[in-house]
Amino acid sequence: MKKLDRNQMAARVARDIPEGAVVNLGIGLPTLVANHLPQGREVLLHSENGVLGMGPAPAAGQEDWDLINAGKQPVTLLPGGSFFHHADSFAMMRGGHLDFCVLGAFQVSVGGDLANWHTGAPDAIPAVGGAMDLAIGAKKTFVMMEHLTKGGESKIVPACTYPLTGVGCVSRIYTDLATIDITPQGLRVIDMVEGLSLDELVRLSGVPMQAV
Amino acid sequence: MIDKIVPSVEAALAGIADGSTVMIGGFGGAGQPGELIDALIAQGARDLVVVNNNAGNGETGLAALLKTGRVRKIICSFPRQADSQVFDALYRAGKIELELVPQGNLAERIRAAGAGIGAFFTPTGYGTPLAEGKETREIDGRMQVLEHPIHADVALVKAERGDRWGNLTYRMTARNFGPIMAAAAKLTIASVHEIVPLGELDPEAVVTPGLYVQRVVKVPR
Repeated sequence: MKKLDRNQMAARVARDIPEGAVVNLGIGLPTLVANHLPQGREVLLHSENGVLGMGPAPAAGQEDWDLINAGKQPVTLLPGGSFFHHADSFAMMRGGHLDFCVLGAFQVSVGGDLANWHTGAPDAIPAVGGAMDLAIGAKKTFVMMEHLTKGGESKIVPACTYPLTGVGCVSRIYTDLATIDITPQGLRVIDMVEGLSLDELVRLSGVPMQAV
Repeated sequence: MIDKIVPSVEAALAGIADGSTVMIGGFGGAGQPGELIDALIAQGARDLVVVNNNAGNGETGLAALLKTGRVRKIICSFPRQADSQVFDALYRAGKIELELVPQGNLAERIRAAGAGIGAFFTPTGYGTPLAEGKETREIDGRMQVLEHPIHADVALVKAERGDRWGNLTYRMTARNFGPIMAAAAKLTIASVHEIVPLGELDPEAVVTPGLYVQRVVKVPR
């Protein structure tokens, strides 16, 4: 069995983003998805600081620090792109106008609860940003994460032990081992990396899953 | 004649009272009114409540204001960053109060203040620690949380161009919190890079109409 690397995971998510979709990619791993959208597929990228129709990173020396994404990195604007203030930007999410958002996670529960903003450690300084709005606002919330923690524990759990970001909000999980839908009937495995069996995936995850 | 243009940042920040709630625009460096923050530090108001998306970066701007010890409380969505050491130290020492707000609630609560809305229900945050103790209600089959507006005494906003009536335009993603903070505060102070004669801003392109703005000051780019 060979786990997917970060770019392979991003490419796997990108396959499921259709032409014409309006998408918000979270900070970190999800941002990589933009690099794997096929040429010619028109997808509108939204960033919560107030831009729709984001283009790729500018060439070195062409950065404009008034044109940044939610990760505070310089970006570009595609022809047809637009700017708006923060309340409008979040109304786009909260009003259900985004087709997809892709977020990282610490844990996802079998019922689709998401924990991705705070470990709950007593000395940690909490920071939430737009995660709670994105999680509940997009038509579909995808999570992209490594399947296991560094200690080998499953990040797909019966119930989240970290503080929640949203309740029952995740539709699909992309990991370095598998793509898994969250359905009212339970977890359904869409695909797995080569050489991995469903039995082994279930054993690693510690939660029930079935093939689609 | 209406003339909201003031000659200096010192004049722009004159009269800010101790205990004020001050909204400060900006997301990262974009739209951060650095000159106005520096002038607020020089002006010396204390016991402030600051509303901003973050809690300062590095040692300048909002971080420098926090370092003076004159900020009692900060209302923000994302305080912890790689270079938020000034806030981190104050927070760990118990010297600053933090009200952590989901970013969309922060924006909508500011917008609600400017729009005269008493409170609103939103699904954001339901079932999370940030909704603990708040009233909830099921609306259209979905659980929602009651959120209240955030009003301010003062808003510091960075815009791009302005005129003597206080009409403002912004530049790209530097717009972020500017328009909603301008509407939510009793006294809105805007820095601009260019002051233009009345009538020169395209009325179709004015983002913040002048009635939301009390003082305009030009600062270098």
